[in-house]
Amino acid sequence: MEQERVIEVLKEKFEGEILQIETHYDFLTLSLKKDKIVEIIHYLYHHPDTKFQYLTTLSGIHYPDLNQIAVMYQLHNLVSNQRIRIKTYLPADNPVTKTLTPVFLSANWMERETYDFFGVRFEGHPDLRRILNVDEMIIFPLRKEYPLEDQTREDKNDNMFGR
Amino acid sequence: MSNTPSITEPNKVEEKQYATLNLGPTHPATHGIFQNVLKMDGEVIVSSEPTIGYIHRAFEKLAERRPYNQITPLTDRMNYCSAPINNIGWHMTVEKLLGIEIPKRIQYLRVIIMELARITDHLVCNAVIGVDTGALTGFVYMFQQRELVYEIYEEICGARLTTNVGRIGGFERDFSPKAWAKIDKFLKEFPLVMKEFENLLKRNRIFMDRTIGCGGITAEKALNYSFSGPNLRAAGVDYDVRVAKPYSSYEDFDFIIPVGSNGDVYDRFMVRQEEMWQSLSIIKQAIKNLPEGPYHTEVPEFYLPPKEEVYNNMEALIYHFKIVMGETDVPKGEVYHCVEGGNGELGFYLISDGGRTPFRLHFRRPCFIYYQAYPEMIKGSMLSDAILTMSSMNVIAGELDA
Repeated sequence: MEQERVIEVLKEKFEGEILQIETHYDFLTLSLKKDKIVEIIHYLYHHPDTKFQYLTTLSGIHYPDLNQIAVMYQLHNLVSNQRIRIKTYLPADNPVTKTLTPVFLSANWMERETYDFFGVRFEGHPDLRRILNVDEMIIFPLRKEYPLEDQTREDKNDNMFGR
Repeated sequence: MSNTPSITEPNKVEEKQYATLNLGPTHPATHGIFQNVLKMDGEVIVSSEPTIGYIHRAFEKLAERRPYNQITPLTDRMNYCSAPINNIGWHMTVEKLLGIEIPKRIQYLRVIIMELARITDHLVCNAVIGVDTGALTGFVYMFQQRELVYEIYEEICGARLTTNVGRIGGFERDFSPKAWAKIDKFLKEFPLVMKEFENLLKRNRIFMDRTIGCGGITAEKALNYSFSGPNLRAAGVDYDVRVAKPYSSYEDFDFIIPVGSNGDVYDRFMVRQEEMWQSLSIIKQAIKNLPEGPYHTEVPEFYLPPKEEVYNNMEALIYHFKIVMGETDVPKGEVYHCVEGGNGELGFYLISDGGRTPFRLHFRRPCFIYYQAYPEMIKGSMLSDAILTMSSMNVIAGELDA
């Protein structure tokens, strides 16, 4: 199965949902609108020409310049050995999307992790709690507004190298 | 569960009561920091609630502030049973981003190290399955062999557990004659010990009764739970990254992927056992066909120059300074690279915005993904089977919690 065929299959039904098609290091990356994301993945799961039935990974990316949080899904067809990456962009102030758990059981903890670190709320998730951090935590640590080092430190003069 | 009539008052029905058992987080039988709150009906598990994150160290966040060569030590603290695979997987991710061509000799040397690491990983797992079924002897024998591998690591990179082996572009030094001698010693001694260990358990009636049908999972469920590595192969799916997407010249080697059928503890044990034999064969092939060539690539921006050049050559001094201070910018890009780790597909999803550090680095940690099937796998089984299931899945706390 070629990458073109995947795009074709997607365009047959979800022409209006595609924002951007790129290839990064031979890895097909599709940017899709956020509304029908689960439907599209479900469609790709069952369509005989794509059959992406293995969820490799799911994660978030915070783009502070765009004020957006992207949710990245990586799907894999183990038979034809084809991989795609699907990205969907949510507003950083209120990141809400639908859960993928009805399609993939493995999405459960991956979505919990994404919620834990980025605050993305997955509607319909059976158990959306923090997973790696403590329950009392009030921030979402992998967002870019939380710098690793205390910016008010005065004992460290980094004028020469700037960080 | 049916309600049983009370003995003292035959007309009154006794209510069923469940016991809550807190297993972990530091229970010696769980081999790591895992907590499970179990709801027990006698000795049978009704449901379990795993809590993870006890040794979470925020590697993904830490990586956003570190230059690329400083991220390597973070990766070997994930799956510390096979640290070199993590290290080299990370090096290869950066090399893919930079577009560096790696000479064949380095690729073969990497294969040797990675397969040694795979052997130690599977060896620990299988030895521990033996311990949990009551066979402590095999464990002691096998751990002696792990010691031999750790001595090889020591000879190559100076460290034993958290190895930090190799650099971006190759190795920090060539394998010394002493290292080759140690590899030879291991290749000579290990098969004998392994054969003995295998004879001890493989057709052992007690072991088979104990493990066959325990903690099983079907192939469909395993795929839906995104299993990978030996656990997926034990369920009957022949997915191996080394074959599906060969890296580091794995296409040059002749090896088979063992698969199981039931996905139970015995199948996982046997798959790991066979994979160790295959790894041995890969190492022998790599040594036999080892090409001539350098042990590192010419990537002066990332590969630390030798000390005498730093003192005598201006350019080497500049590069030395830039590498140590982490001032090398990398091209923009978005790259995913995966290797077959000890537990499955170990992926590195790296976004670079052109600076000195990654913009975002996500680790696909196989343990984290397949451990969520654990409550389902142990439901309705005995407590002692749950312990066995966990050790046979080879859940590594460091990889689970990142």
